[in-house]
Amino acid sequence: MYAFDYHKPSSVADAVSALKGADDGKFVAGGQTLIPTLKQRLAQPSDLIDLGGIAELNGIAVSGDTVTVGAMTRHAAVAGSADVAGAIPALAALAGGIGDPQVRNRGTIGGSIANNDPAADYPAACLGLGATIKTSAREVSADDFFTGLFETDLAEDEIIVSVSFPKAEKAAYVKFDNPASRYALVGVFVAKTAGGVRVAVTGAGQDGVFRVPEMEQALAANWSPDAVAGIAVDPGTLNSDIHASAEYRSHLITVMAKRAVAAAG
Amino acid sequence: MPTVTMTVNGKKVSGEVEARTLLVQFLRENLHLTGTHVGCDTSQCGACVVHVNGDSAKSCTMLAVQADGADVVTIEGLANGDELHPMQAAFKEHHGLQCGFCTPGMVMSAVDLVKKNPKATEHEIREWLEGNICRCTGYHNIVKAIQHAQQTM
Repeated sequence: MYAFDYHKPSSVADAVSALKGADDGKFVAGGQTLIPTLKQRLAQPSDLIDLGGIAELNGIAVSGDTVTVGAMTRHAAVAGSADVAGAIPALAALAGGIGDPQVRNRGTIGGSIANNDPAADYPAACLGLGATIKTSAREVSADDFFTGLFETDLAEDEIIVSVSFPKAEKAAYVKFDNPASRYALVGVFVAKTAGGVRVAVTGAGQDGVFRVPEMEQALAANWSPDAVAGIAVDPGTLNSDIHASAEYRSHLITVMAKRAVAAAG
Repeated sequence: MPTVTMTVNGKKVSGEVEARTLLVQFLRENLHLTGTHVGCDTSQCGACVVHVNGDSAKSCTMLAVQADGADVVTIEGLANGDELHPMQAAFKEHHGLQCGFCTPGMVMSAVDLVKKNPKATEHEIREWLEGNICRCTGYHNIVKAIQHAQQTM
């Protein structure tokens, strides 16, 4: 790991100004992706600004039809929250399936979506439920937030404060995970929400997480696994790597979508 | 250099570290607590699992400065003098190890599981061990040891 200066601010405003004052600063949340990246010398920030000391970023609140999760809330806290399980069981289940228990004890929702790894789980929940992401500067919809591989709409000095998920009438997330890394080879989040049916796919897209409008229309007309059985995503838009070909990923998307609809009931 | 202060196995410790020092390096190299192992160094194998404020964590994927002020327990902190912790005794009794390299992390992870989910089923135990890799035992005796410790802890 290259050397860096470490800062642990206690407010969002202080964190933003610490980043502005740094040559090439980087925020660290749970560190479950960034620290391995630093260890491999794949990044060399001049300053690391730890968001772990900012109390206002932590916590879960359920109010009316919305579940709001603070950006620094650990995956284990979301997975173990009776409030989340009661309001959006699919969200609690998704959080409980990220990585392994030790990763879930450290990793955070804000870190996950800011990193926007194309195989991460949380982006599928955000896009699948139509979440709103609150930052230090504004509110942005999940549809506008995820812009490409490891790319988001966040500015360099913008911090995620919380993510608000609307409750869904039905929702489920099913993934086919890589047996070694536990990242999703393909993960599909389906939801029947007040705003319509949403289907979000992670792990597969060349530009990261994406929606499948054809499946959404089919499910809006007929909420059943059969409705999506004949719909395949064009492999030309999907990733091909040592873990799976684009054709196999396309096949898995349809299978995971069917399973997710069945699981949602 | 930053100074870190934390409680390790019930004792208050502090030291000067570079910001890039990992928690596991601080434990092993500054405090000479070499029971915590570094296996893969890529956050996958779990040989380095310790408890940080009551939750199991991979100490190779955490900076020492991030643990400033924390309560850390390592494998050295489990036994009560010469008396093994029930989880350690169960691993011994059920031969839950062969080479022993993964054992400190396995035991720390297992203790966290039994504290949080005392009645974990065999399936839940196996799922919990997702982040701990053992290349010797095939896991069967590790699972048996944890099931035994569910009765004795």
